[in-house]
Amino acid sequence: MTTTTLTPMNPWAPPRLSWRWWPVFLRNLLVWRKLALPSVVANIAEPLIWLVAFGYGLGALVGTVNMGTPGGSVAVPYILFLASGSICMSAMNAATFEALYSAFSRMHVQKTWDGIMNAPVRLDDVVLAEMLWAGFKSLFTVSVILLVMLGLGITHSPKLLVAWPVLGLVGITFSCIALVFNALAKGYDFFSYYFTLVITPMMFLSGVFFPREQLPAPVLLFSDLLPLTHAVQLVRPLFLDQWPTDAALHLLVLVVYAIGTFWLALALTRKRFAR
Amino acid sequence: MPRMSTPLFEAAELVKRYGENTVVNGVSFAIHPGECLGVIGPNGAGKTTTIRMCLGLTAPDGGRIHAFGKDMPRDAMAIKAQLGVVAQMDTLDPDFNCAENLLVYGRYFGLKDAVIRARIPRLLEFAALTHKATARPGELSGGMKRRLSLARALVNDPRLLMLDEPTTGLDPQARHLMWERLQVLLQQGKSILLTTHFMDEAERLCSRLLVLDHGRKIAEGRPRALIAEHLEPDVVEVYGPGALDLAQREEHAPLRALAARVEVSGETVFFYTAQAQPLLAALGEHHQLRTLHRPANLEDLFLKLTGRQIREDG
Repeated sequence: MTTTTLTPMNPWAPPRLSWRWWPVFLRNLLVWRKLALPSVVANIAEPLIWLVAFGYGLGALVGTVNMGTPGGSVAVPYILFLASGSICMSAMNAATFEALYSAFSRMHVQKTWDGIMNAPVRLDDVVLAEMLWAGFKSLFTVSVILLVMLGLGITHSPKLLVAWPVLGLVGITFSCIALVFNALAKGYDFFSYYFTLVITPMMFLSGVFFPREQLPAPVLLFSDLLPLTHAVQLVRPLFLDQWPTDAALHLLVLVVYAIGTFWLALALTRKRFAR
Repeated sequence: MPRMSTPLFEAAELVKRYGENTVVNGVSFAIHPGECLGVIGPNGAGKTTTIRMCLGLTAPDGGRIHAFGKDMPRDAMAIKAQLGVVAQMDTLDPDFNCAENLLVYGRYFGLKDAVIRARIPRLLEFAALTHKATARPGELSGGMKRRLSLARALVNDPRLLMLDEPTTGLDPQARHLMWERLQVLLQQGKSILLTTHFMDEAERLCSRLLVLDHGRKIAEGRPRALIAEHLEPDVVEVYGPGALDLAQREEHAPLRALAARVEVSGETVFFYTAQAQPLLAALGEHHQLRTLHRPANLEDLFLKLTGRQIREDG
């Protein structure tokens, strides 16, 4: 018998990832396929109701919004302004719901993760699979909403092809953030704090519904720190067939949020499971 | 004999602490090929924590684990590829039917779909669930769920099974079917590590037993040998009005002298003896008492070693 002495694992150690995330992702995909239609309807109905109510209802009062672009100030129809922001919000919400409620059900209620980890699959790979799965579901939801927007003739910008992968990154970023709160949750009630204190302010302060420039200076400063702000700054110009300014900076913010919170989520989840 | 062979699995001086509380304290054991090792102990004795350490799910604070020629935790994934696990709580996927549960679980081992699909009919047959292949866990009885969990643990054709209280909560029919299936696996040459609260289960299945209490190993050996080592061969249980007097009153000292040991639990008096006949004859004069004469069993051993007090979480 060799004498490898066991040392307790450091929860902050770098992620140890392998291809074993794939069968876990595939498991979620299989379950979702069984429940796909009701889940698609639920995911897509709400964002479209927002769009119709605010875009056409409020849009009739607002008319156009003036937006600064590299080519000068442009008057943008409110429905287009809103659609380009709310698609980012939809990416955020879809990823958040999946990485909070659904992941928590699998982790805590059904003990699916425990079962998986009795097989040769590491917790790190399970968390990665959940993160990518929530990102995938978010991208699916966003894709269907984009198709509806195209059908309604809200935009025909060819740069939507670029917006699509950007929205995929937005979903990934928010699924990483949500997994942090998943790791800390004792029950479903905990998530209402996250929605009230994080998601709702993000919705209203990131320039989804109105130009951020109208916010008071201190709030604007706070708004600059929010990942959804950067998502909107990237996606909105693409809806207008323009290239975003400071694209590299906005992308970097999203990527840093994603990597930082994934690491944090993993450390907290490791602590949770190291009972 | 298994004892002479190289162990499949070896744990040495395992220690696990939670804060000030040492829940596993220097536990060592080995599992040999074809052997069924039983781990028994009261609630909170450290059984489940020991299994969790063996699976690399909890890092020990001390000790070593070596299995199939590999080391935990460095080769945890390679070791787990050869293990089959049935946890205390079922972790079956409620959204999949029985066959899908097996398929999805087999993929976690990196097995190809074709390989798993070829195994599914035999696994369902083994679990007596062929007729339930398309039923979801929610439609299964408790015994069926446990057998599906067992079938799922066999999907990778493991060399060693780790079963944490596999029959807790099952009715006698379901338990007997589970025992029979486990016997078949042992005959096929699989090895088993089993925790249980049922002494008849331990006696029936286990070639060797480990008794844990307060995180320590307090006894180890073959069930019959352990009983012979720690207990007198016969037990006479006495109930009824005045039974307690036999154990306590001065005037009954000669009767007590006929037994090697006398124990009281609630309203029952236990006489342990190597020669039951003189004791039974003396007890026969107390007509108001009921007596039960039986051989000493594992339950007596368990209670002798771990005491009769109810544990905090018991």
